[in-house]
This record gives sequence, C-alpha cells and structure tokens, in this order.
Amino acid sequence: MSIEQKFYVSAPPHIKTEQDARYLMYQVIIALIPATAAGLIFFGWHAAGVLLISIISSIFWEKIVMYIKKEKRELDGSEIVTGLLLGLNLSPLVPWWIPLVGTFIAIVLAKELFGGIGFNIFNPALIARAFLLASWPMDMTTWMAPFNGLSQATPLTLLKLKGILTPYLTLFLGNRGGCIGETSVLALLIGAGYLFYKGVIDWRTPIPYILTVGFLSLVLGKDPIFNMIAGGLILGAFFMATDYTTTPITKPGRIIFGVGCGIVTSLIRFYGGYPEGVSYSILFMNALTPLIDKWTIPKPFGYKKGVRV
Amino acid sequence: MMSHLVLIFIGALLVNNILLIRFIALCSFFGVSNSMSTSIGMGMAVMFVMVLASSASWLLWNFVLVPLHLEYLQISGFILTIAALTQFVELFLKKNSPTLYRAMGIYLPLITTNCAILAVAFTNVINNFNFIEAIVYAIGVSGGYTLAIVMFAGIRERIAGAPVPKLLEGYPIAFITASLMSLAFLGFKGLFGL
Amino acid sequence: MSFFKALVNGLWKENPILVLMIGLCPTLAVSTAAINGVYMGLAATFVLVGSNFIISLIRKWVPDQIRIPIFITIIATFVTIVDMVMHAYAPDMYKILGIFIPLMVVNCIILGRAEAFAYQKGVIESIGDGMGMGLGFTLILLILGGIRELLGNGTLFGIQVMPLAYKPVLLMILPPGAFLTIGFLQALQRYKGGNSR
Repeated sequence: MSIEQKFYVSAPPHIKTEQDARYLMYQVIIALIPATAAGLIFFGWHAAGVLLISIISSIFWEKIVMYIKKEKRELDGSEIVTGLLLGLNLSPLVPWWIPLVGTFIAIVLAKELFGGIGFNIFNPALIARAFLLASWPMDMTTWMAPFNGLSQATPLTLLKLKGILTPYLTLFLGNRGGCIGETSVLALLIGAGYLFYKGVIDWRTPIPYILTVGFLSLVLGKDPIFNMIAGGLILGAFFMATDYTTTPITKPGRIIFGVGCGIVTSLIRFYGGYPEGVSYSILFMNALTPLIDKWTIPKPFGYKKGVRV
Repeated sequence: MMSHLVLIFIGALLVNNILLIRFIALCSFFGVSNSMSTSIGMGMAVMFVMVLASSASWLLWNFVLVPLHLEYLQISGFILTIAALTQFVELFLKKNSPTLYRAMGIYLPLITTNCAILAVAFTNVINNFNFIEAIVYAIGVSGGYTLAIVMFAGIRERIAGAPVPKLLEGYPIAFITASLMSLAFLGFKGLFGL
Repeated sequence: MSFFKALVNGLWKENPILVLMIGLCPTLAVSTAAINGVYMGLAATFVLVGSNFIISLIRKWVPDQIRIPIFITIIATFVTIVDMVMHAYAPDMYKILGIFIPLMVVNCIILGRAEAFAYQKGVIESIGDGMGMGLGFTLILLILGGIRELLGNGTLFGIQVMPLAYKPVLLMILPPGAFLTIGFLQALQRYKGGNSR
C-alpha cells in the first residue's frame, strides 16, 4: 500500500456519532417535503403508493442487511432518504415491484456491498434508477398527466420526439408529466433554499451544474430557461449531486463536478439517445470523483514528489 | 469529413467503450488497475502501440494480403505484426528514451496479448476504414481504454480502504464496480446517432 | 501432474475465469445466451488441446528466446481452422461470436497454458490440461450464459423457462449484467471453498 493509502481518510460524512448522520438526514427529508407534497397533489394516490413502497422497502432491505451482518446499530435515516429520493425519481405509474427491486439495488448493491454508508462510490438512488430504466424501459417510462391519471409524456420527451414546447409557468409550478418529485420547480427550490439556510449543501455543485446547462443551451441554440427548469435537473442538482459521499470533498472539486455534470447532461439531452441525461451524468461524475479529489487536494506545504529510481 | 472523424472518435471513446461496453482487453483492466500510476502507464503504452499497430496492420492488409489474395493469413499476419512491432518499440524506447521506457516500457510485453490492439486491427478491416479513419479510430479506442482504466484505478484505490464484505474483497467487488461504471456509460448510447 | 489431475484442476480449483482471471474478454461478451457459451467454449477447447498438444510435442526443440512467436503461430493456425470451419458450417453462430473467434489468438488462457504448462510438461498431461482448462472455460460460459439468458430473457437454450408473468431483467443481457454475474459467481466460488487470489 502506498503511503497515501495508509493515511487515507474516508469520504464524508465523517460520522462521529449516529446523531450527526441522523440530523443531516432529517434536514434532507424536511427539505423534500414541499416536493413530496407537490407530487402527491399532482399525482394522487398513485404517487402515494410508490413513495410508501419505496420508503418501507428501503427500511426493510436495510434491516435485512443489518441482520445478516449482525450489526447492532440503530437506523440512521439514510435509508429513508434513499427510499424517498428513489420514489421521487420514479413515474407515479410504475408497478409496485419496481420500487421494491429498486431499493434493493440501491441499498444492497450500490451501498452495502461497498462497505455501507460513507463508502459507496455511486449515488444509490441513481444507480437504482439507471438499473430499473435499463431493465424495464417500458414500465419506467409510462408517465401520467397531473390530476387525471391519463398518460402523458414528459416535457423533454415531448420536445425531443414531437417538438412540442411546454410553457415556463407550467414547468415552474409542476403541472406536467414526469417523475413524482421532479415536476414542481417551485417546491424543489423551496426545499433547496432550506438546505442552504441550514448549511447542509454547498452552492458549488448545484449552481455551476445548472448554469452550465443554461450556458450550453444558449451556445448550442436551445432554450436556456426551458432546459434549466425542465426534466430532473433541479431535483438532481440540489438533491442528488450534493450527496456527500459520492461527490468531491474539495471546493474546486465540487465546481468541476457541477460543470462536468452540466456538460454530460447537455450532451445526452441534445445529442444522445435519451430525452433526459441527469441521472447518467451524475453517475458518470461519481465515477470520476475519486480522481477529482486526488487531483484537487492541496499539497501540504513543502511537499515534494517522491524521487523515482 | 471532419464531423465523420469526430463521430468515429466519440463512438470509440464513449458509446462503444472498448472495456466497459465491448469487453475487450479486460485482463489488463483488472490486472493493472489497482494503482493509478500503473494505469496511466498502461494507458499511455496502449495508446502509443495501438496507433502504430492500427497503421501497420492496415498497411499490411491493404498493400500485401489483399493484393496477393492471402486474406486467410489475416489472423496470423496481424498478430505477428503486432508482436514484432511491440518488440521493436520496446527496444527502441530502451535505447533512445530511458524516461519514456521507465514510464511505459514495462507494459509493452503485456500489450502483445492485449486483445484491444488486435481487435482494432480487425475492426478496421470489417468497417472498411481508410487510413485516416483507422488512425482516428485507434486514438478513440485507446482514449476510451485510458479513460476507463484510470477512472477504475481511482475508484479501486478508494475502495481499498473500505469495509467491503470479506467474500467480495478484491476481484468480486472490482467486477461489481465495473458493472456500475458500465451502467453509467450506458447513458451514452445513441449519442450522435451512434 | 497426471492427465486426470490436470483435467480436474482446470475445471474447478484453478478455473481460468473465476480464479486465474484470464480469458475474460470473450466470456463477458459471448455469454448473453447459454448456447453461445457452448459454441465459444468448444471452439476454445479445440484450440487449447491442439496447441497444447503440438507445443508439448516440440518443446524440446523450441529455443527460449523465440518461443512466444512460435506459440502464437501455432495457436493462430488452430484459430484460423476453427474460424473457417465455423464460418462454413455454423454461420449464424459465427456472426454472433463475431470478433471473438479470431481474438482467441491472444486469449490469455491459450497462450498462458502454452507457456505455463505445455512448454514444460509431457504430451499426455498437456492434452489433459488443455481439456481441463477448456472445459472449465466452457463450464463458466455455460453457467454465465445460462444465468444471463434465464434472468434477462426468461429462456434457456431458447426455450421459455420462466413463467410468463416474469418480467425479464433486461440489464442482465447488457454489459453491466455481465460484470455483475461474474462478480457474484466469483464470490460464490470463494464461499464454496475455492482458492481465492
């Protein structure tokens, strides 16, 4: 093992006590209340079912893992956050087993197999979403129109496949098809504002992310406002791209992460095979995070690179 | 013409990433990626040899094997060309550039059995690339290789300190990591219509 | 090592894919269905046995410095034979296996065994090793292909096995599914008391 590895400090959250983790998780859950409420208002009992199954099964899988590993600790709220975030990233019309399988992927595959909280490389909810999307594309892309339960495509899909533009106010308030938690920009911004106020998230990832998408839209001849508020960008930028464990520790690193996500999201949205690229871009940048951290950690004063023989 | 070349490059780099999507050159991927420095060295060596080998095999095919109706010698011809080339490059570096040799020379013998180099030679023929296309393709593929292997090394270094379940320590978790990386790369499917 | 010991060794204890970690490229790419695994495995076994046999036969007359090019030439010959035969008699499978047939010439298993075994040991043992490694390889391809086909398509060898209500996990036949399955098979092999490396 190299000397750097011997002194390696794990990624945040640097959990001193279960209290710290639990506090953070509760703040995130509170911040997600507006968006959850919006989702429930627009999509009714379909959304309620998906969210409920997602949260309960999340806790269920976590308990099973703890039983197998013979761990005695209490639940720390992270599984509720994972379950909630996954649920908010799903269409209200998904079959009941989708969130059940999804939370298994998120909790067991993406998180626990890598060593548990603080050690996962990839965002668990997004891994689950990508897994589900690749495995059951039809079930994952049946969308619902708000209030009436009829199927309706998302604004991004409408644009990509039919060239139809959805008006700004609709996008902002959330009266449109999409994932349960992504549609109401207003609700999401309220939640994000709360997280900034409580000092839980750093502006350095979400703001550059959103601005990069806006900038690239402008430069490439697309509508910047539309692209900044449509799709899962606001949800992803403020709630998924700010996850401590899977994003850079350093300040410049976070900006790089945000910009990188913006570039890949735009690439996939404008030129790729999918209407939305937020999940994949965050996962891609998650994979680059160890490198980003390595290359942006400031060298201690007087540090000289080892002499190679 | 230019945009066509860019498409070939992006296709090789991301959409059909040689390691994570096409599964070629995996032995080196897992064997070499437990440290960043070896990964970078390997990536550089692969890029260097791949471009040379792509050109050499292209020339061999189009100016020797096809005109002389010796197409059935494709497999033997390509592999021997690559082996000879790698040997030559190693000797050349040893003599003329000790620093470069130290950086990547030790990986060269490994490259002879690197499926990716041979795969590129075959693909050039299958896709009927011209000389420029073959070179751009080689750069794209080796770029994709280097990107994936360096990314992987970064992750593996981080995992090394983590409390992974005993059964999964080492290669199994590495494979699961590769699976998730591959999942992320799936997002590039259909990019630019590729 | 006797013929049988070499045979069994390649099959489980030193299984090329799960333990030695060689020959991965065709394994992941080809194992999207059980039948593909069978063809690929048998093709590789043919080459392995053939090359091991010849190399072991002539090992006393091969100078050390040029042994690798000689191995490669011998292997390439057998690969070319398989390539042509498959192209002629099983064209559909040939198209599916694609680039991985000719890529066998740099297959780490074949070259590795030539170097580590056939060059050092007697002819009969080398044939045994070739068969063992080849069958170990085929076994894994079969298991891998079977799992991926079953979970990802609901079928096995093209026959519908899973109940119709089962919604296939498409990811299993995509690249991530391949990596995932091998990772778990390795963990399983380790759990069942195999050698871990």
